[in-house]
Amino acid sequence: MTFGLQPEAGPVRMPAPVGDLSAHAGPPPALLFDHVSVRFGAYTAVNDASLHVGDGEFVSIVGPTGCGKSTLLNVAAGLLEPSEGDICVYGRSLEGINADAGYLFQADALMPWRTALSNVITGLEYAGTERKAAERLGNEWLARVGLSGHGERFPHEMSGGMRKRVALAQTLIRDPKIVLMDEPFSALDVQTRVLMENELLQLWTTYRKSVLFITHDLEEAISLSDRVIILSAGPSTHPIAEFRIDLPRPRDVAEIRMTPRFVELYHQIWDAMKEEVLKAYERNQRKLAD
Amino acid sequence: MSEISANLRTDAVIADPSASGRTAPGRPAARPQRRSRRRAMPGPIVLTALQAALFAALIIAWYALVRSKALPVFFFGDPVLVFQQIVSWFVTGEIFVHLATTLIETLLAFLLGVASGIGIGLWLGLSPLTAALFDPYIKALNAMPRVILGPIFIVWFGLGIGSKVALGVTLVFFVVFFNVFQGVREVNPVILANSRMLGANRRQLLTTVYIPSALSWVFSSLHMSVGMAFVGAVVGEYLGSARGVGYLILQAEATFDVNAVFAGIIVLTVFALVLDLAVTLVEKRLIVGKPKS
Ligand SMILES: Nc1ncnc2c1ncn2[C@@H]1O[C@H](COP(=O)(O)OP(=O)(O)OP(=O)(O)O)[C@@H](O)[C@H]1O
Ligand SMILES: [Mg+2]
Repeated sequence: MTFGLQPEAGPVRMPAPVGDLSAHAGPPPALLFDHVSVRFGAYTAVNDASLHVGDGEFVSIVGPTGCGKSTLLNVAAGLLEPSEGDICVYGRSLEGINADAGYLFQADALMPWRTALSNVITGLEYAGTERKAAERLGNEWLARVGLSGHGERFPHEMSGGMRKRVALAQTLIRDPKIVLMDEPFSALDVQTRVLMENELLQLWTTYRKSVLFITHDLEEAISLSDRVIILSAGPSTHPIAEFRIDLPRPRDVAEIRMTPRFVELYHQIWDAMKEEVLKAYERNQRKLAD
Repeated sequence: MSEISANLRTDAVIADPSASGRTAPGRPAARPQRRSRRRAMPGPIVLTALQAALFAALIIAWYALVRSKALPVFFFGDPVLVFQQIVSWFVTGEIFVHLATTLIETLLAFLLGVASGIGIGLWLGLSPLTAALFDPYIKALNAMPRVILGPIFIVWFGLGIGSKVALGVTLVFFVVFFNVFQGVREVNPVILANSRMLGANRRQLLTTVYIPSALSWVFSSLHMSVGMAFVGAVVGEYLGSARGVGYLILQAEATFDVNAVFAGIIVLTVFALVLDLAVTLVEKRLIVGKPKS
């Protein structure tokens, strides 16, 4: 297992400035989409998308359903090659799997034949870590996500929220510099969700990963992020606006939603989004009518 | 490719009865709600008693029909003599060498069939080109009534254990092969992508994702595989052998001893039931993380 791709190695390719990239003129961003387009046959899912995630930054992408959010994340993970454009990880053009990134999938991704502990340490096992040490670390991480004592459970013996926690531990135990999260909490009930969001923020504050977080819940995006990027409705999705979230940290995701600044930001962003959401809605109606 | 998957469907349908047979014991739990609408089901003890009574009634009817000469004894045998034959086989110990032979043949056929089915299923499942190349041949071999290979195996491997095992292997192989092939093809793509993100190389993907995923399919077909191995062994013996329960029946038939034929059939049936029970026990120990919901 190589965690390779050291930032100082290789040529640093700076893209045409996008958004407030100039603020990051110093060190290269953790993740940079440089005029990325993705086509599936004749269908253009993503068209000329440029965005970046600074080192240690928490960035959310919000967009109407089906617009291409997961596609963007797959590109960042190196699971999908863009039809055009480039992905740079710490200034280096990405080839193959993004070894610096951990990916929390939208769907359940735990191995059903492995226990929680065994799932958590899968990445360490791949890296050849000694079993005892891996298990010790695995138990530590289970405790960190509030699952100590549940290590011997199989995925089908756990609730959806517990499975997400295991997946989170599984991703973070490898200590990736970048964490990609695809609507990780959308399947959870509201209470569990708030709980997990707070835990995520705590973990993020402790470990300072660069996070690219996907959601179609605007409130979730605002309460977690440093920056929120709005995508246009598909096809030919691309970022249409971005907002810096200047809410103070540390935050409590439930409480912060009551603050005036949050409400203000919410309205501001929602105004920018409304048009796109309506577009997506209309297209769906048309699709249903056909 | 599409042809192989078409075969898979057929196979799944064949495999189904054994699956439903296994879920049946769980059914009583759902019974209380039905009680109000349908006729009350008797308790398990009463049910067993009724089943035993039915069995006794059938035997008595058989006995009565034969004794009253309504049915010719020559063709239908006599339950008392059949019973005596079974007892004498066990008392003299004559049956044990035959039982052991059939058991060994069944186990060998099962193990070799499962191993080859897993190996080739993985290989073809992971290599679409090879699978496409072999597709028509696999289709043909699967469609062929493979029991007719028995005589050829006897020519190739002689009258000993080898020809029976070979026949059993050809039967078991396809059950396992199609299950593994399907298991590999239908590996959850999210689990696969997740493992790649966690840093798995090709070999690790094989050992930690493809194989466990395919094995869960193999487990689901254990009953059928063992059954096939047993069929292969017995049919092989029946086609020509010097030992085994199938041989006992063959010998009895040659001397027109219909009572011994019936006795052999009963012994085989009990044998098959015991094997199935053993599989159920093994299954309970092996299947820990329930793979499919
Ligand atoms: N492998 C593929 N082949 C063809 N089309 C695809 C493929 N993957 C995605 N698409 C299409 O690309 C578009 C974007 O898909 P994507 O999964 O990225 O949407 P999303 O924004 O993540 O949606 P959701 O919010 O529902 O998760 C969709 O219209 C989808 O049909
Ligand atoms: Mg998605």
